[in-house]
Formats: sequence, structure tokens, C-alpha cells
Amino acid sequence: MNSEGAPQTGKIIRSLRSRQEQRRLGQAVKTVIGLIAVLFAGFLVWKFVRGAAADRSSYSLTLREANSNKILLMTVGSEPRTLDPQEAQGVTEHHIIMAMIEGLVAPSINDQATAVPGMADRWEHNDDYSVWTFHIGEDRKWSNGDPVTAEDFVFSYKRMLTASFGAQYAENLYILKGAEEYYKGKTRNFDDVGVKAIDEHNLRIELVGPTPYLLSLVQHDSWLPVNAKAILKFGHIDTRDTKWTHPGNYVANGPFIMKTWRPNDVIEVIRNPLYWDAANVKLNGINFYSIENANTAGRAFQAGQLHKTDQVSLDKVPYYRRVHPELIRIDPSEGVYFYRINISRKGLDNPKVRLALNLAIDRDGIVKNILREDQKPATGFTPPGMGDYTPLKKITYDPERARQLLAEAGYPKGKGFPKFTLHFNTSESHRAIAEAIQQMWKEELGIDVTLENQEWKVYLDTQNSMNYDISRSGWIGDFIDPVTFLSMWTTGNGNNNTHWANSKYDALIEQAARTGDPKARLDILHQAEELFLSEVPVVLIYWYTNTYLLRPAVQNWYPLVLGNHNYKYINLKDELERAK
Amino acid sequence: MIKIIVGRLLQLIPVLWIILTLTFFMIKVVPGGPFSAERQATPEVIAQLNAYYGLDKPVWRQYLGYLSKVVRFDFGPSYTYQSESVNEIIGRAFPISLQIGTLAFCIALVIGVTAGVIAAVNKNKLLDYLPMSISMLGICLPTFVLGPILALVFGLVLKLAPVSGWYGLNYVPLHPAVMPAITLGFFYAAYIARLTRGGMLDILNQDFIRTARAKGVPEHEIIFRHALRGGLLPVVAFLGPCFAGLISGSFVVEKVFNVPGLGQEFIKSVFNRDYPLILGTVVFFGALIVIFNLVSDVVQLLLDPRSRK
Amino acid sequence: MAVAPFAAPVPVQAESLERGSSLWRDGWLRLQQNRIALFGLWTFMLIGILCLGGPFFTGYSYESTEISLRASAPLERIVLKTEFRKVGEPRESYLALSSLEDEFLGQSPAERRAIIERVENGNEFREGNAAYRLSNQRHVFGTDPLGRDLLTRVLIGGRISLAVGFAATLVSIVIGVVWGAVAGFAGGKVDTVMMRFADILYALPFTVIVILLMVIFGRNFVLLFVAIGAVEWLNMSRIVRGQIIALKNQEFIEAAISLGLPTHRIIFRHLIPNVMGSIIIYTTLTVPNVMLLEAVLSFLGLGVQPPLSSWGVLIDEGSRTMETSLWLLFFPAVFFTLTLFSLNFLGDGLRDALDPKSSKD
Repeated sequence: MNSEGAPQTGKIIRSLRSRQEQRRLGQAVKTVIGLIAVLFAGFLVWKFVRGAAADRSSYSLTLREANSNKILLMTVGSEPRTLDPQEAQGVTEHHIIMAMIEGLVAPSINDQATAVPGMADRWEHNDDYSVWTFHIGEDRKWSNGDPVTAEDFVFSYKRMLTASFGAQYAENLYILKGAEEYYKGKTRNFDDVGVKAIDEHNLRIELVGPTPYLLSLVQHDSWLPVNAKAILKFGHIDTRDTKWTHPGNYVANGPFIMKTWRPNDVIEVIRNPLYWDAANVKLNGINFYSIENANTAGRAFQAGQLHKTDQVSLDKVPYYRRVHPELIRIDPSEGVYFYRINISRKGLDNPKVRLALNLAIDRDGIVKNILREDQKPATGFTPPGMGDYTPLKKITYDPERARQLLAEAGYPKGKGFPKFTLHFNTSESHRAIAEAIQQMWKEELGIDVTLENQEWKVYLDTQNSMNYDISRSGWIGDFIDPVTFLSMWTTGNGNNNTHWANSKYDALIEQAARTGDPKARLDILHQAEELFLSEVPVVLIYWYTNTYLLRPAVQNWYPLVLGNHNYKYINLKDELERAK
Repeated sequence: MIKIIVGRLLQLIPVLWIILTLTFFMIKVVPGGPFSAERQATPEVIAQLNAYYGLDKPVWRQYLGYLSKVVRFDFGPSYTYQSESVNEIIGRAFPISLQIGTLAFCIALVIGVTAGVIAAVNKNKLLDYLPMSISMLGICLPTFVLGPILALVFGLVLKLAPVSGWYGLNYVPLHPAVMPAITLGFFYAAYIARLTRGGMLDILNQDFIRTARAKGVPEHEIIFRHALRGGLLPVVAFLGPCFAGLISGSFVVEKVFNVPGLGQEFIKSVFNRDYPLILGTVVFFGALIVIFNLVSDVVQLLLDPRSRK
Repeated sequence: MAVAPFAAPVPVQAESLERGSSLWRDGWLRLQQNRIALFGLWTFMLIGILCLGGPFFTGYSYESTEISLRASAPLERIVLKTEFRKVGEPRESYLALSSLEDEFLGQSPAERRAIIERVENGNEFREGNAAYRLSNQRHVFGTDPLGRDLLTRVLIGGRISLAVGFAATLVSIVIGVVWGAVAGFAGGKVDTVMMRFADILYALPFTVIVILLMVIFGRNFVLLFVAIGAVEWLNMSRIVRGQIIALKNQEFIEAAISLGLPTHRIIFRHLIPNVMGSIIIYTTLTVPNVMLLEAVLSFLGLGVQPPLSSWGVLIDEGSRTMETSLWLLFFPAVFFTLTLFSLNFLGDGLRDALDPKSSKD
């Protein structure tokens, strides 16, 4: 409002009018500010009051209450994408589905390789394990009152193998006779597939070859049954993503049924009274919380809000091991952490180079200093715990030999070795390990790699389109048998992604699939892995462990290599615990 | 005034359309699709899924199909929350972000303006340096540092706030929106404090203030009746983007406190290439931002008659 | 020259009659009188110099790892472990004194304590083929989980953060000010279109844009700050536009127009200098915002590639391990905060110096 020179009359009048305006506007502004202040104050009060009167719904439990009510509070990691067993893909989903749906057989209490009766109370197989018959117990029921019949399984497998449904794990069922043909549309009649309901309570499964590990296989999500009525109420056999998986619609045959599902917060399941073995189920409910961040989960655990977490952040592991070893559990797990090598790249095409890359890595150092969760350095691809299969001990730490091999391959001291990029997806442990290995290769072999950290989907794309040099990978077994780790390396397999193709290897895998004698079969698989490791299109690093926090109040939570626990055995001891 | 408001609201439609179109084509170019996983499914399955969700059609067809659904306010299914539609997801996640955002906004506005005015009035004295330094701290400390610290102190140690989650695993006095709102609000309070101080100083140095003082107008009247309106101008211009930023849920805050708000959903959807959810949230946020910018402009017009023609 | 409202009341002396005094020169003189601003300036320059040259003098590398050392505390004593091998050179590795115990977990606590005391007193302890002795390695800031000296990493991180901060801010100022000024001054349809365009850009998902750019052009460090700058200018333009709109109806602008000055002269010579105060304030608010944004991007996996680091990445890593290794958070955070503080004080000082209406007379 600068007024240079003498104001004119017109301007005085205008300024007067604007004075009045100003006053009114000033009032308006004051009112607005006042309103905001009042709103804010009211808001705060409301928040406080609401907090103070927080409704004590079932998921606002203290640990003591949970123990006495026998509700298990645990995290499972990220929010499950679906709870439909035929659409499910991940471990998170599996661990929740398992509480509600039981397959033909179920995990035993303390040995992941043994199975106990599930929907089937007895079963038999022929001499070469290629034809199995399961007897469905007469007392098995769905939560809607329907009896569980063999036809339920036929329906479920049909759904899985219906191409238009798009089940991502459909491949898992290809070991059923005629399944692949049905899926690909070569046959139209599902009767041609090797699964038949002989009568209401007898299910006959015919496989393409000997499958001694079938009992472990049928515990996987892709083999679990669903109630046809519940599914068809919301669509056809091939309708995806319906609301049948929501509370109230979900029909279960397992120890628990779904009570609530609040996305990104909690899935509550409670006791299923119609479960055939309900008398032996100890818990009254389980709350599955989805907390993705390890630190947040750890804090919730410390605050006395959880019985079990699903992971522990790296930096807290030594603390727990030293100060609270009774709270931390480190179980061996069925997984291997490795780097894929794109063997079509010059330099990486020489098996001696690849072996050298493997031998130059101090796995003990990595496990001891970076990971600190007692992971085992991987000496072979298949980890221990696969039943009677002995893991191979071919890959060690031998920098001298590594240098020798590299020289033999034509790159003495790394001279002339092409520059490569090591890809991994964003994660602090992937980065730490990659940086350590980058240094090891530099110091021991004189090889320079650049690190590239990519966002998850881009990283997957890079790997699947084989656009990489060396890419970080992990593989977790689906069931207890080495073939879940070895079948992926056959020529052209969708999960191979290294350009490695060895017809002898393919032949061995196929031969194993036709061998009825379990011991002979494992021997053949052993040979196959030997062959694989001599050409080593991967850099082996370590075998996984499953590290988590668990309160002593939780009973019967044995270390199981797939982490698949039969929830009916789990119990909570009602005892006084100190917080933390 | 009404004409301006209506005009701007009508402009909402072409603006949203452009946002939608640009985003749609951008995400199609980014590599990686919704169905890739560490354990690759067979090519047949991927082809089947693409067909099921209409992703195998030519891009133009997909675009038009999507547009025709959007005009009916149907944003389609989500690829990651497989049994929920995008509308449902926005419907459950947005109210949460809104609560946190509104509370943070109030905190930011009240604390920021107050601090800024105090600082401006007491220029170069302790009451200036102190709030400005604290506000500087608010800007400098990232939310992903402040958040865990607050969660640690107020959740674990003092047991006043929930350590994680929205629905509360335990009974605690403070509502779960409070800690995230404070973390978020602190940041914006700092911004607003500085802007207020700058704006107030600008005004307080003008001649008409000097005149008013010379005429003996009491200091508080000078501040509140004369200076504040002009001094708040830069703040008001900032309010639009400020509120929009708050509502966008500050992904970090929602992640740190494990709150299932829309910001977190949005970021996750980008990383999962959940196209319908990405588009749904972008259009939704876009609408919010445009509306709040409008509100900000209107308030500015109300406060400053100079800007009227 | 039109009558500008910022004619500075500088005492005119005979000698300086030939030298006209400009706004900027007066500003510099005034700045020198503001002690806090000077403090900000010198602190910032100190940090800048440290980051540029410091890494050469610490004696440690920012990238070579020493994984057995792990995250040792600042100034913690380091033990040198020499393993004698049958073939080849003895292998040397370093351990923090506090984790020496872990090497001997098989022995009783009393035995362990004895071993640690021995080593602490400067003696060598031999077991099997390994010898343990105190080394004189010292890490002023401690080490990160891979055993790298934190001081060196903080300084290197500073280079990245500062580079990104300034480059991106520069990009955003240039675009934002011009855009906002033109939109504000032109008004009408031009204004509407320009601001709607800005609205649209603002509503676009920033993450998607950055992912897209990162993927199409590769993980280019230069691209990072272009991408950030390209997003930050939006707020600047709104602020500038707001101020310009308020100013353009004032009389000195009327006068300038009636004098026949071309539009660009009005915008650049008269309007923009008057909003300079807001621009500077907002700039000093943008630099920290940009640095934080870069940290969030790194947090999402889109920032600088390892083993390079930035303060944002270091702070993020530190905040994750806050409860066990506080120094990993503390030092980068202190540097980060100090830099931002000094930039702000400097910015305030500049603002006061360049805007004579705020002079203390």
C-alpha cells in the first residue's frame, strides 16, 4: 500500500471502502483461524477419549489374556494376496491357509518329513509308488456341515488344472497322469486325468511315474481341497478372485475357521467345532498379523503384543543370542541363497571361471559376520533336511585353487577378465552380501564387478528375460524331496534362466522320475547334482535358516524345515512372563 | 467468486483425464508385469492371466476399456488384493490416511503459524532462534528416523501409543493416529513456521505497519488484524500442496507405524505393478490435489484483495 | 529506471559517486554484519571442504570391507587376528575388542575374560594357528556393519548429498521461478493453462516417473537430480505465482507498464527481485527437501548404487540399527542436520541482507 505523492480523493474513498472490507475480512480470517483451532482441539480430545474408551475387541489382547484364552498371536509377514489355496503362491498364504484347510495328510508334530492323517485316515500305494489310494475318513466334515468326500478333491484338482482359471502353480499337478494334456487342452474330459473318486470315501491317484514323496507333495497349497458349493456360489469353476474367501463365506475343513479379515492388519481364525479332530486342538484361535517390517514386528514383540514374529532384523540377532537366547529361534530351513550366472556371457561361459568364482568366497565369514543366524555355507545346491538325501560337499573356500583355475581359464590374476554387473533386488542383506562378495572377488581374484540394485519387478524381469550377468536368487523347497531343487535345472525350464543345458542332466532327472526304488532314485538324483556342480552355472552362498522370536509360553513349536506347523498341536501355557 | 469456483471444478474433468491417460501409458512402458514372481509360472499360465485381466489386448483397446469403466466410477479389480476391487481398497484405506493427514494438518497449521508469528515478532531474539531451530530440526530429520524414535519412546518405553498397527494390539491411551500425525505434522509445521515468519517479516516491515504503530495501535492488534492476513499469504499458497502431500499419506510414516493407509497401498501397488490400483489411487489423489489447490486459491483470494482484478 | 521500492538508503560519499551501489553489493555488506548467517556460511563451507577432500586424509577406504570387524563403536580398540595357513600368506583380519569373546565361545566365561585381559594389556594371545594382538587402528566414528570406516563414508556420502541437493535445487529454481512469474504476471488463460499443467504434473505419481526414467535411461546419478528437480519446481512456481499476483497490481508495476517497459524486463528486473525473499527462503527449504527425497529414493532402491552412499542412505541404514549401533545414525544425522542448519541460517541472512525493508533502522 505504498502511496507515493499526495493521495487523490478517489483513492481515499476507495481505501475507506477497503478499510471496511478489511475489517470484515479480518473478522473472517479470525473466525476461520478460531474454527481451525477449535476443530483441532476437539479432534485431539476426541482422539484421546476414543483411545481411552478403546473397545476391547478380541484383537486388543494383552499377552496374559491371550495365554489364558489360548489365542496365539503371530506375524506372518506381508499381507496375503489371497486365501484361495488354488490361487495362492507364497509361504505367507500357505501358513494361514493351513490353519483352515487340511489336505489328505498333514504335517506331523516334530518331523517335516513324516505325515499324519489329515482328510485321509489311511492310504496305500503300489510297489513303485505310482498309484496311491487314500481313504477319506467318514467323520471328516466341512465347516458348513457337508461331509468331505473324494469328489471334493477331484473338483479341486480339476479347478487347478482348468486353464482358464490361470492357477499359477498348475504345473505342480503335472505329475498326475494326463494332467498336462488336460491343462493344455489336448484332452477335454477330466476323467482322463489320473485322479478318481472310486466312491465317496476313496480317492485314487495315478501318477506319471514313481512318486515316493507324494505324501509331502500333497500338503502343498496346490493339492488342498476346497468345498465346491462354497466356490460355485460365487461363480464358475474358473472364476478368479471372488469373495468366497471372505469371512462368512470361507468354508474350512481344518482346525480353525475364519472369523475376521482386516486387510493389512490381522486375520483372526477361531476354533472349528466341526473339525474331525477338534477334541485334540489345543488353541482356541490364532491371530495372524501382517507386519512387513522386521523392526516394527520386533518392537511389537518387545511390547508384549506377539507370541511369535516371522523374522528378526539382522542387527538384533546377536543381541537376542547373547542376552535373551530363550526368545530367539534359529531353525534350519529348506532354502538356498545363490547367484545365477548367465553362462552365455563371454568369460562366464567357462566352467573353470565359474568354479573359481565359487571357490573365492569365504562363506563362513559371510555367515558369521554379516548374517549371524547360523546359516550354513552352501556346499551343494540341495540343502540338508530333504529326507534321506545327503547334501553334496563339492563347493568350498579355496582361494588358491580359485586363482589357479582362473589362470588356467586364461585370466591370470583377473587380467583381461570382462567387467560384469551383479544384480540384486533392494534389501539390506542382499546389498551387504553383494558388497562383501564384490570385495572378495576383487581381492582374491582381481575381478571387478559392478553392483546394481534394482527394484523388485524390474529385477524379476531382468532375471526372467536373462538380461543379466550375475543375478542374486533364492529358492525355497515346496516339499521334502531333492527334486524340488533339482528339476528346475533341466534344459529350458522356466526357472533355469541361466542358459545352462545339459542333456545328460535332463536324462538323469527323467530317469529318477521313472525309478521306483526310493534309494536308487536318490542315488540318481545325487549323480545329477554332481554333474550340475561340476559345471556350476551358479554361485552358491548359503543355506537358509528360519530365524524368529518365540515366547516360551508357546508349546510344541518344533523346528521344521519347511516351517509348516500343524496348528492343532500348538498350545499356550498360561504363565506369568516378564515383559520383554 | 462462485463463477471462479465452478469454473475450476469443471476444469477438474479434463485435468483428471490427462492425469489418467499419462499415468496409464507410463506404467505400461515400465518393465515388469503384475504376474512375474521369483518362481516363474509357465508361459501358458501367464498368457492365461493376461487374457483373464484383459492385458493381452492392444494398449489402445485396454485404455478405452478402462476409460469406459472409470466414467462409471469402477476402477476395476486389484491384482494384489485378489478378492477386493480398487474401489473397496480406496474405501478402506483412505479414511485412515485422512485421519492422520487431517490431524497432522491441524498440528502443522497451529504450531507452525504460532511459531512463525512468535519468531517474526521477536526477530533476532531467543524467541526467534529457538522456534526456528526446532523447526529446522523438523525439516532435517527424515520421517523414517523420527518415526522409529517416537515409536520407541512413546510406544515401547512410555507405553502411551501403540507400537504398531491401526486397530491396536493393546490398550493404550493414545489413538494410533497420533504418533504418525505428530511425525508427519512436525515436518510440515516446520515449513509453515518458516513461511509464516518470512511472510510476517515482509509485512511487518511495510510502511502501513509503521504508520499503525505510530498511531498507537496496540501491538497485538497490529499483528492479528493487520499483519497476519498478508503475512499468511505464502503459507496459504503452500497449503494446497501441503494438504495434498499429507494426504498422500507420507508412505514412510505409514510404513514405519505399520498403518494401512492409502499412501502405503499406492507405493506397494507401484512395486507390484498392480495397474488398476495404481491408476485408481493416482486419479483419486489427483482429484484431491486439484480440489485442495482450488481451496487454497480461494482462501488466498479471500485474504488478499490485491489479487482480485 | 522506474522508481523501485527498494532504493537502498546507502550513505552516498564523494568517492563512491562513480560507483553505483547495487542491491547485491549492499546485501553482501549487510550479510557480513549478521553473525549467525556468517556462522552458517563458514560451517557450510567447512563441511563442503571436508567432504571434498577429507576422504583422502582419513587413511581408510569407503568401499573396502572388513566384514569380521562388523559395526564397531567409535574409538573402540581393534584386534588384529593373524591366521597362519599351511599354504600361502598368513591371513589378517580385524575384530572389535568387544566381539573378541565370540571367538572363544567354547571356553568358560572366566577363561574368556582372561584372554581378553591379556590382549587388552597389549600382549599377544595365540591359539591354534591364530594370533590375536591389539592393533592401533582407530575409527573416530566407528565402523558400519561391513567394517568400513564411518567417517570416510560420511564424507563420501556428503559429496553425493550435496551434489544432488544443489543440482536438483538449481534445476527446480530455474524452472519454477520462470514458470510461476510468467503465469502470475500473464494471468488469464495463460495462467490457467500453466497452473493446470503444474497441477497435473503434481498429481502424477512421482515414484512411477522416477522408476520409469531410471529404467529407460539406466541408473544414472545425473538423472537422479534432474528427476528430483523436475518435481520440486512445482511448489516453487506456486509460491512465486502467488506473490507475483499480489504484487502486479501495485502501482510501481503500473508505472513500469505505463513507461512502456517490455514484459520480460518487468518480470525479471522488477517483479522477481521483489519476491526474492520468498524465493530464497523457499530455496533453503528446498535443498533439505531434495536431500530427503534422495534419501527416500535410496530407501526405495532407486538412489545411488552401492558402494557409493549418501547421507540419506547412511541415515536410513543407521535408523534401522538404531537400538544396537546408535553411532551409525548419529554421525550422518549430525552432518546432515548441521549442513541444513547452516544453509538455513545462511538463507535467512541472505534474505535479510537483500531485503532492505527489513533493515534495522
